[in-house]
Amino acid sequence: MSLALDLFSIAAISAGVFFFLAGTVGLLRFPDALSRLHALTKADNLGLGLIVLGLLPRAESLLAALMLVAIWALVQLAGATAAQLIGRAVRRKGPAI
Amino acid sequence: MSDFLLATAGAILFTVAVGLVRILGGPGDADRMMAAQLIGTGGIASLLLIAAATGARGVDDVALGLAILAAFASAAFVNSGAPAEEPDPNPADDR
Amino acid sequence: MSVLQALDVGLALLVFAVAAWTVFAPGPFAATVGYVVYGLLLSLVWIRLFAVDVALTEAAIGSGVTGVLLIGAAARLRGAETTPAEEALTGLTRLFAAGLCLLVVAALAAVVLLLPDQGPTLAPQSMERLPETGLGNPVTAVLIAFRSFDTMLEKVVLVLGVVGVWSLAADRYWGGAPGEARAERPEPTLAFFAQMLAPIGILVGVHVFWVGADEPGGAFQGGAILAAMWMIVMMARLTEAPQASAFWLRLALIAGPAVFLAAGVAGAVVAGGFFAYPPGLAKPLILFIETFMTFTIAVTLPMLVAGPPRREPRR
Repeated sequence: MSLALDLFSIAAISAGVFFFLAGTVGLLRFPDALSRLHALTKADNLGLGLIVLGLLPRAESLLAALMLVAIWALVQLAGATAAQLIGRAVRRKGPAI
Repeated sequence: MSDFLLATAGAILFTVAVGLVRILGGPGDADRMMAAQLIGTGGIASLLLIAAATGARGVDDVALGLAILAAFASAAFVNSGAPAEEPDPNPADDR
Repeated sequence: MSVLQALDVGLALLVFAVAAWTVFAPGPFAATVGYVVYGLLLSLVWIRLFAVDVALTEAAIGSGVTGVLLIGAAARLRGAETTPAEEALTGLTRLFAAGLCLLVVAALAAVVLLLPDQGPTLAPQSMERLPETGLGNPVTAVLIAFRSFDTMLEKVVLVLGVVGVWSLAADRYWGGAPGEARAERPEPTLAFFAQMLAPIGILVGVHVFWVGADEPGGAFQGGAILAAMWMIVMMARLTEAPQASAFWLRLALIAGPAVFLAAGVAGAVVAGGFFAYPPGLAKPLILFIETFMTFTIAVTLPMLVAGPPRREPRR
């Protein structure tokens, strides 16, 4: 059982790292600001989410696990807001502000 | 297992460090803001992994603080750039 | 080299690279972003140095307060063209400045690396006397019990900072409100974000302050998070900054150091020494003082960021 949980953690965390990698590659290679923003929010959302998912089995208590999920939810909120704000700024002022 | 966690923390740090290039180059302030946002999230992820690997106490509180303050720089950036009540060029899109 | 050591070396190199880039950044805004990233990475470094309280402070102040302050300043500078002073800096001056900085860094590095393994420290004695304070967090004990006078003076410095910022106002604005007025239709994204985040942030801020007695945390960290919550509500234009002449504001600004000083003077009468705490009452007294200090910090930091008054005072 613990081996299965360990394998689950490893799989989820590796997937999370992959999404961070994808986000950075997108940030560097996409042609314009709005598509780069799109890549960034994927890394925020899925990358951190999968890492939190992978760390949940290793949490010391239910409260610690809830804290991990709360951190992810807060980053979601912050990431969504930042994406909206940056996107709005890019749209109002043109791509190269 | 803790070695794996530390290695992934390092991998994430390296990955988002490469994103620093976007701050360096960044043909625009929005790109720099985006790179800062990415490093913020990557930092939180690394922190959670390091906490799980080394078992330090109170590190989750630091990650919580970072998560709460993650969008502040973007909010300040938008707040300082945009004038007070600028009419939206495409108001229909907002609904 | 173990994975942990490799991680540490990588982190150190990354911090170095970001710092170097911030110095050479193209323009004030880019440098500010570099600084915010640098602060973020520094919190990671503090965690690796087992200074979790400092990491919490760095995260709260660096990302929240100082980041907002500098970005606002960079935006205001964007209007101004290159200042004449910058054009007058010759290559030789820059070289001299760089040389001086490198000299200081080399001296610091030499001192740190050549320290004996068991350097001069009072840590064992503080840990010995920790149970007398009733606290579980040695950092809080040092701040509020063992060198409490310094901590009180630090808060006084913050108040002086606010006075300094207010003194930058034009004469006719003295006593008015800083920042912009409350918006009729606040921008929806920021308004939503502030409304969602502020309650959670207030809860976390109070938790971090309260838990600082026994776990990493404390008055400054909790106060900084609470300050950030007030700042985001002001940034979303859901509320406006109070007038500098408001009595409650001025009371709030001095509440922390005033209560601290009163406790210190009372200690001279009741416990036999200036800033001494009566045994057995130490922890409740410390928490009482910390409550007011948290409140003061939560009010002072946003006033520092809001800036000098820019509107005429209302009667």
